[in-house]
Amino acid sequence: MPDPTPADAPVITISQLSTRFGDHVVHADLDLEVRRGEIFAVIGGSGSGKSTLLREMILLQRPNAGSIRVLGVDLKDISDDAALALRLRWGVMFQHGGLFGALTVLENIGLPLREHRDLDDAAVDAVAAEKLALTGLEPEVGAQYPSELSGGMLKRASLARALALDPELLFLDEPTAGLDPESAGEVDQLVRKLRNRGGLTIVMITHDLDLLWQLADRVAVLAEGKVQGVGSMAELAQIEQPAFRKFFDGPRGRAAQERARSQ
Amino acid sequence: MLGSTMQAASTLANLGQLAVAIYEQTMALFGFIGECAAALAGSVAHPRRLRWRPILFNIRSAGFDALPIVGLLSFLLGIVVAFQGADQLRQYGANIFVADLVGISMLREFAPLITAIIIAGRSGSAYAAQIGTMAVTEEIDAMRTLGIQPLEMLVLPKIIGLLIALPLLTAFADICGVFGGMIMAQAKLGVGFAEFLDRFSKVVSVTSYLIGIGKAPVFAAIIAVIGCFQGMRTRGGADSVGRQTTRSVVQASFLVIVVDALFSIAFSVLDL
Repeated sequence: MPDPTPADAPVITISQLSTRFGDHVVHADLDLEVRRGEIFAVIGGSGSGKSTLLREMILLQRPNAGSIRVLGVDLKDISDDAALALRLRWGVMFQHGGLFGALTVLENIGLPLREHRDLDDAAVDAVAAEKLALTGLEPEVGAQYPSELSGGMLKRASLARALALDPELLFLDEPTAGLDPESAGEVDQLVRKLRNRGGLTIVMITHDLDLLWQLADRVAVLAEGKVQGVGSMAELAQIEQPAFRKFFDGPRGRAAQERARSQ
Repeated sequence: MLGSTMQAASTLANLGQLAVAIYEQTMALFGFIGECAAALAGSVAHPRRLRWRPILFNIRSAGFDALPIVGLLSFLLGIVVAFQGADQLRQYGANIFVADLVGISMLREFAPLITAIIIAGRSGSAYAAQIGTMAVTEEIDAMRTLGIQPLEMLVLPKIIGLLIALPLLTAFADICGVFGGMIMAQAKLGVGFAEFLDRFSKVVSVTSYLIGIGKAPVFAAIIAVIGCFQGMRTRGGADSVGRQTTRSVVQASFLVIVVDALFSIAFSVLDL
């Protein structure tokens, strides 16, 4: 499918987005733009609607009003065929992995290929093994089932599956949540490595201050249903509003900042 | 006085909430049935999109693997029916009528019903638990984002598999139930196997058999749809999986018995 958008057009454009659950307002006229090739992070307190925003961007949930354009396609009233075509252009890594428990890791990674590409089993396994190696997992892990993996390995395997179809856009939901510092650091490295492959746009939701300081090109702060500000962490650190201060003040915020500076 | 008024008001409020919840669930169920029907029609139009591996897997797990329990329980049911009838029949010297009793009641009613109830408890719950667990662990979401329709991957194979398996299981239950009745007839009434089968073939019409088998696909659809529906409605954590599983068994068993009663009325009106 030819890409109708020029190379410098935004990958994701969200305008006037509103979401409500009953009386509870999640998003009120939210606007956001993600540029091609950047690592974009969405942060916000719990209940600020960042997970809902992610679900709306990946067609798992519909907003009440407003428009979302991803890779040049308007998600509103999208046909089933167009939705399928779009889904094959992005990859999603879920917070808990979302790997299928009934399949081995290698089968999980190969599943999108088996479903959507006309490849024989050997070719599928070869590509899956390559993605597995890309995420730094040992080849033996491929034969294991998700329940046998540690948290960090699960996230890597999930990332390998998200990369199976060589997406242009990658969504990461809390890539380091629930990991020990060492595994979290390895995921940092992995995201950095992916960025260096070029062309890939990464959108992530995270609480991880180290990840934000070291990797995110731009960060959007979500609060009260709106984007309160967008910019690099250094820019956001200058803003004196309380919604921002909690990410920068306090011992953890300052420690992450210093670690980022010292590198 | 005030206390009792408030209590009445809160009872009324609870009743209202319950009614709204039941209404909402019923509407959601109709929506789900519609989605399944549309997906099924789509699969019939494009048979290559049907997923045969999970269908065959479901026929094995819901059908073949259930043979021992279905066989044993319907065998016992046949014994009980013959045993209960034996005393009454002997009083009138109508021993041979045990073949009528066992044959017609097993083939028309008991075999389809006991099979459906066992499968509702065994497979309906498994469907709800499997899909519910996948919903909790984000596997359903992951499936959608990978461009695989959960309905085509998870729900249709279960419905189609059970539509094939349950009539076969019912036929097996017929055989085991009648066999149980035969053993009891010989033990308590002195009716030999040859005598029993001779009478059986004369009085039990093919219609009785077909009516029993004909109910099975309807029960299969109820069990599979309710199980998958309750699984898909799982939200939140692991406790929700248990709740939805329980619901699927209760609702499927309930609906199977209600529909069986409706069948009885319909057949008597139709003179079958």
